[in-house]
Amino acid sequence: MITRKRLAAGVCGLLATLAVGLFPSGAAADAADAEPSSGPAPKVDLVLDVSGSMRTRDIDGQSRMAAAKQAFNEVLDAVPEEVRLGIRTLGANYPGEDRKLGCKDTRQLYPVGPLDRTEAKTAVGTLAPTGWTPIGPALLGAAEDLEGGDGTRRIVLITDGEDTCAPLDPCEVARDIAAKGIHLVIDTLGLVPDAKTRRQLTCIAEATGGTYTSVRHTDELSGRVSQLVDRAADPVVTPVATEGAAQCTDAPQLRPGLYTDREEFGEHRWYRVDVPPGRELRASVSIAADRAVDDDYGVLLRAVTVHGREIVRGAEAGNGRTDVISTGLRYPKPPLDDEDDDGTGEPAAETVCLEVSSSFSAPDAVKKTPGLPVELAIDLVEGPDEASDVAAFGLGRGWWPLAVLALAGLLTGLLWGWISRWRVAVWRTH
Amino acid sequence: MRVFTRMAALSLAAAALLTTAAPALADDAEPAAGPTEAGTSFRTATTVEQGRPATAQGSTGDYLYWSFPADAGQRPVIEAEVTLPEAASRHGAATWRLDAYDGLRRHQPCKYGMPSRTAAQDASSVKLTCTLRTVRSWADTWSNEPLPGTYYIRLTVARLPEEDLGQPVTARIEATSAERGGAYAVDGVLGAPLVPGAGTEGDDAAAPEGGWSSGWWTDRWIWTAAGGLVAALAGVWGHRLTRARGRPPQAPTRA
Repeated sequence: MITRKRLAAGVCGLLATLAVGLFPSGAAADAADAEPSSGPAPKVDLVLDVSGSMRTRDIDGQSRMAAAKQAFNEVLDAVPEEVRLGIRTLGANYPGEDRKLGCKDTRQLYPVGPLDRTEAKTAVGTLAPTGWTPIGPALLGAAEDLEGGDGTRRIVLITDGEDTCAPLDPCEVARDIAAKGIHLVIDTLGLVPDAKTRRQLTCIAEATGGTYTSVRHTDELSGRVSQLVDRAADPVVTPVATEGAAQCTDAPQLRPGLYTDREEFGEHRWYRVDVPPGRELRASVSIAADRAVDDDYGVLLRAVTVHGREIVRGAEAGNGRTDVISTGLRYPKPPLDDEDDDGTGEPAAETVCLEVSSSFSAPDAVKKTPGLPVELAIDLVEGPDEASDVAAFGLGRGWWPLAVLALAGLLTGLLWGWISRWRVAVWRTH
Repeated sequence: MRVFTRMAALSLAAAALLTTAAPALADDAEPAAGPTEAGTSFRTATTVEQGRPATAQGSTGDYLYWSFPADAGQRPVIEAEVTLPEAASRHGAATWRLDAYDGLRRHQPCKYGMPSRTAAQDASSVKLTCTLRTVRSWADTWSNEPLPGTYYIRLTVARLPEEDLGQPVTARIEATSAERGGAYAVDGVLGAPLVPGAGTEGDDAAAPEGGWSSGWWTDRWIWTAAGGLVAALAGVWGHRLTRARGRPPQAPTRA
């Protein structure tokens, strides 16, 4: 047994040596290519609540405003070079009692762009807790600040109270912003939040695929904001917006890539992909629960021929708290020379229809539009998916095949021996 | 035999040297302890290597994502530990959950382990484990069998008192694998491992150290070869058995 392991280890080691020895330069080159990622610059807008309640002194013995300023100073020092950072305030200017004016009080304090740290710090230093808490208008303003460019967009909302400017529900504002398909994430931070604030902020975060954090200490605030800004700097593939159709015939043609769409409750969406012979289609779909949905849910992804025959499906169901539910499928199209029996093998690429549906449902109180965000990943990879006869190759393993082989060998030997003995005997008698 | 063992040891040593040298060459800045951040979606999942623990700071309620490569013949084991916020600031028990997904974002069941556990209000941490099924080199398209490629880990809190959302937590995960050998070897290989974007980007970053296995190696070769050897020996023995009683007494002895 030990010998066998050593042998295996030796062969594996040799293979590893070969593989690594042959391609180290390739790996190094890849890393070098990846480093100066001069893609579209990620944009971050920090939205800071400067309403009157920020005067409350309950964060490490200092006022919420002082804590926020200290945290901003630390964050501004640590912003990665490539990030375009802006700062927006809400409730910073209008001290009066007029609700209408107070609810328009949001201002761009520092424009989104290359960061001048001293200037930004000075601007933050001048802030004093003043007015109302118009979160909705501030989010709309921040979304405008971030317009343009293809990079990731992130709004970091720091507030200590709920929106005081109904009927504009900031949570719906957030969902509408996200539904514009500009790939914008809103992260929220609540300073010593009460139940209502927490509910509102989690709703905003959930609506855009962001995160919610409750903050009780200054270092938590600066640490978290820095982390969120750093996250914006991580290079990710930004998906392309598409719109699936109600039937396959009208469905949009998708090429390999990453797509987003919105699908309403109970709706089915179709997409089409061309799969050339000898290639394998891989499709994954995830549907995000961006609002309060009922406890049980599911997703179904079907690959169907143009004639309506189902080729393969992926399905998943779940319950409880979740961000997304996802599933996937793969469909290897056999190469041409190995045509299938039904005679439909055409020389050209086969059009495969993909149908996405979900069984999400929501309580009546929840707004149903825009639909739930759908992320669709399409990939076409090279290669046959046939049993290529090299993996196990009909090889045996374990004591039973060994015993059978030994027995067969023994019988052959015996037979051989007897036959030769018999032949010798026959030869001798003649 | 000894010579062979030495050769094996030498080649292993050389492989070890090269494999440790190559990442160092490729990425100087990477700390030995693995990443300290986690992604928040499939798209942004942080890639970790097997056997290298990764940590992340987050808020209770965040969905933390990591991904790691697993090759055919491996049985991945995911271990996660969540350090909870201080007990005084929590309002009740919380259930934490670990989910595994394959490269097609299909949910993968845990064969053994506790992927979901409820932490009492006074607990300081919660440990979760998930042992996936052994990765096979090929499976039918309709099946949900684990295949070589990327595996996603999602860690989140599944149930908790609403007041506890947003509090800081630290998570630590580690994915390791047991080599299960040829017992799970099957006929066939995938055209490409189940790595997202394999067809468009040709992303090498998602490959395991030393690359994906080609799919032809299995310890069944050794078993079968050994079987052949045993059969041959048994054949010789059997042949000799027929002669063991010696030649017939009247047989002439050759000079």
